[in-house]
Amino acid sequence: MGCDDNVDVRELTDGSAAIVRGAVDAGCDFFAGYPITPASQILTAMTREMPKSGGVAIQGEDEISSIGMCIGATMAGARAMTATSGPGISLYSENIGMAVMGEVPLVIVDVQRLGPSTGGATTAAQGDVQFVRWGTGGGYPIIALAPSSVPECYTLTMKAFDLAERFRCPVFLLTDKELNLTATTVDIEDYQRVEVRPRSRRSAEASIEPPYSYDPPDAVGAVATYGDPAIVRFTGSTHDERAFISKDPITVGALNEHLVAKIHAHQDEIDMVATDIDPKATTAFLSYGITAGSMREAVRIARADGRRVSAATVHSIWPVPETAIRVVLESHDRVVIGELNHGQYRREIERLAGQGTEVIGVHRNDGTLITPADFLEVLV
Amino acid sequence: MSVVTTVTPLGSYRNDSPYPFCPGCGHKSILDNLNAALVELQVDPAKTVIVSDIGCSGLSDQYFITSAFHGLHGRSVTYATGIKLAQPELTVIVVMGDGGTGIGGTHLLNAARRNIGITVLVFNNFNYGMTGGQHSATTPTGAVTSTTPGGNPERPLDICASVGVNGAGYVWRGTNFDTDLTERISEAILSESFALLDIWELCTAYFVKSNQFTRRAIDSTLEELGFETGVLYRDDRPEYTAAIREAGSSSLGASPDGPQPISSEWTSHLDHPFLIEVAGSAGGRVRSAVRLAAIAAIKSGLFASQRDDYPVTVKTGHSLSRLLLADRPIDYAGPEQPDILVVLTDDGYRKVAGRAKRMTEDAVVYALPQFSAIETPARVVVLDPANLPGRIGKGDLALLALAAVVQNSGVIPIEALRSAVADGPFGESNLAAVAHGVVLAAE
Repeated sequence: MGCDDNVDVRELTDGSAAIVRGAVDAGCDFFAGYPITPASQILTAMTREMPKSGGVAIQGEDEISSIGMCIGATMAGARAMTATSGPGISLYSENIGMAVMGEVPLVIVDVQRLGPSTGGATTAAQGDVQFVRWGTGGGYPIIALAPSSVPECYTLTMKAFDLAERFRCPVFLLTDKELNLTATTVDIEDYQRVEVRPRSRRSAEASIEPPYSYDPPDAVGAVATYGDPAIVRFTGSTHDERAFISKDPITVGALNEHLVAKIHAHQDEIDMVATDIDPKATTAFLSYGITAGSMREAVRIARADGRRVSAATVHSIWPVPETAIRVVLESHDRVVIGELNHGQYRREIERLAGQGTEVIGVHRNDGTLITPADFLEVLV
Repeated sequence: MSVVTTVTPLGSYRNDSPYPFCPGCGHKSILDNLNAALVELQVDPAKTVIVSDIGCSGLSDQYFITSAFHGLHGRSVTYATGIKLAQPELTVIVVMGDGGTGIGGTHLLNAARRNIGITVLVFNNFNYGMTGGQHSATTPTGAVTSTTPGGNPERPLDICASVGVNGAGYVWRGTNFDTDLTERISEAILSESFALLDIWELCTAYFVKSNQFTRRAIDSTLEELGFETGVLYRDDRPEYTAAIREAGSSSLGASPDGPQPISSEWTSHLDHPFLIEVAGSAGGRVRSAVRLAAIAAIKSGLFASQRDDYPVTVKTGHSLSRLLLADRPIDYAGPEQPDILVVLTDDGYRKVAGRAKRMTEDAVVYALPQFSAIETPARVVVLDPANLPGRIGKGDLALLALAAVVQNSGVIPIEALRSAVADGPFGESNLAAVAHGVVLAAE
């Protein structure tokens, strides 16, 4: 952040501020959101930030309108973000599907709080992990990134914008109350910028170039934007490449194969797992989000005590970075996964684990954080 | 470089596809009127977006050569709002049915309040045609539909009044048979405000059959309900895309909020995580005092984190703030048991009483006199503001107590705290609170 010459300079800040800075540095120029604890700080800060660069931030009448406005604005050329918590994701659900179907680059921040329902507005949880994955009808691939520290909130927000452009789809940033609202000390040099690619726009003179393309299936077509010299069509229904509604099985099959292939064929561009492997360890800890912080502290304590343990922080939780996780599973006898839910990501790890690797879950779902001691208890 | 373009007036904004609507359905004539209005206005097809909803009217955009957005049921106004906000120069026209009006009613009301410059055409045929003739928010009382076989017991929504009293710039009601419909659509688009046309028409597939409904029945229903027709509301207050940019214009060009760097000028001997918890009440400036102490810790080369706990009704009840200090980056800010607990109020004590009991003997509680006998194995240091000259405000107690903690525990230099509190409008009173805390610490 231009502070490279001040290596020792720190600040007291939180994840909400880091996400907003990441969005601003990513070129976000449109924000719509509805107040909800613990995501409201993003809304209020974006309201302050957007007009500075001529962008727009608006408080929608509800969550449905907020994501709807973001989708409309994106198709009119904006780089948009919205932020909410679990209850708001419920209301985003149908529009998430439309953003997938209409191939809309969009960043959706879910600051998780304890559920279900209204749950605990000011209590930490990681209960939306499978919800964001499967939270809309149709079952198509979803990209979700999970920062585990305040600097990562900044970096992964920028990365989310980049992936949204790369794959032309909604990208989730999955954080939680604790990460967003706990002020902490950050070394300013720890904010790692990510290059956010510009939107691939349909060329101005290409008046007949259709707004979508499915051939080859994994290719992502340029975005046609309202206001271009040529007309632009958009639809949330199954459609041909010109965005006319179609039920033709060949056309619809190609569309839906494209929505899957564009992400699955390029997962290597999404996968992010930070590993800290001790080659002599037989146990590896694995976590994501706020719980990965507790895990890192547990590793520090264990190693100070002469115990051997590896650790893996999953930053790209969807699609599951299977290759990197398999490496951890195959090189350890036991993998201990910690998360603030009843085992939503553990099922993904269990699915990948071979016969020789035991998967142990460390779970809490009472609004308190998993402690380093919770991890260490398993490390006998 | 100069570009010479020849503009050929468009004779039609329709493409070659025939409409898909049932014989006698009003949609065709409404769309013909929309086309005629677009021809009259000679809009740029690429800069005109028809935003369609769901239902039979939702098919409409596919028969035009303009830009188009076909979204979710009832949400067309939200997409239109986003499009218009991002590119105010576009002409945005929403085409929706009475079904979309019902499910998306809040969006219509709020778009009207904002007076966002979009034009909404409501194809109002009193029932859901696409899903089998169910009743809608505009079905007349007594009408038979597939979900009101005994007659509709509900009152129909007065769409025009709803948006009209809430600030829409242009509101018209009529039927698809009206000869001035083209003119009214043009007028609505030209109004450059939130414009809504409630266009009553016949659904020959269901509503006409179930109710022997006719063109004449539309007129008699309007009369029975006392619903006026014609241009019902006009309002020339500022359009929203201009208004929101005007509201934000004072900050245009300002730098984005960046990091607020704190450099370390002092040192601390702390070599392990150390938790200080302050238990007070709303209005006691607990959180701001702890934030200042956190900044002081960073000024002392430490890492600090601050976790607050307070009720959603922020002006009442407890206010807890936990300050975790460490000599290395804090990955886990959640330890439960404080090394030092500051008890200032009953609200705060009730929340931490359990933790006070679980404290160890080498931990310390700093308490106002009324909490000197609380149940805890920890050593209790009583801070009695009565020993100070003058009256100490309750808003200064948290910082005063933290100053005593800093002075006695030596976790950070008191100079660092003084430096942290001195900035800002409360600098002087903050410094006085710190001085008082140092005095009480010495007792």
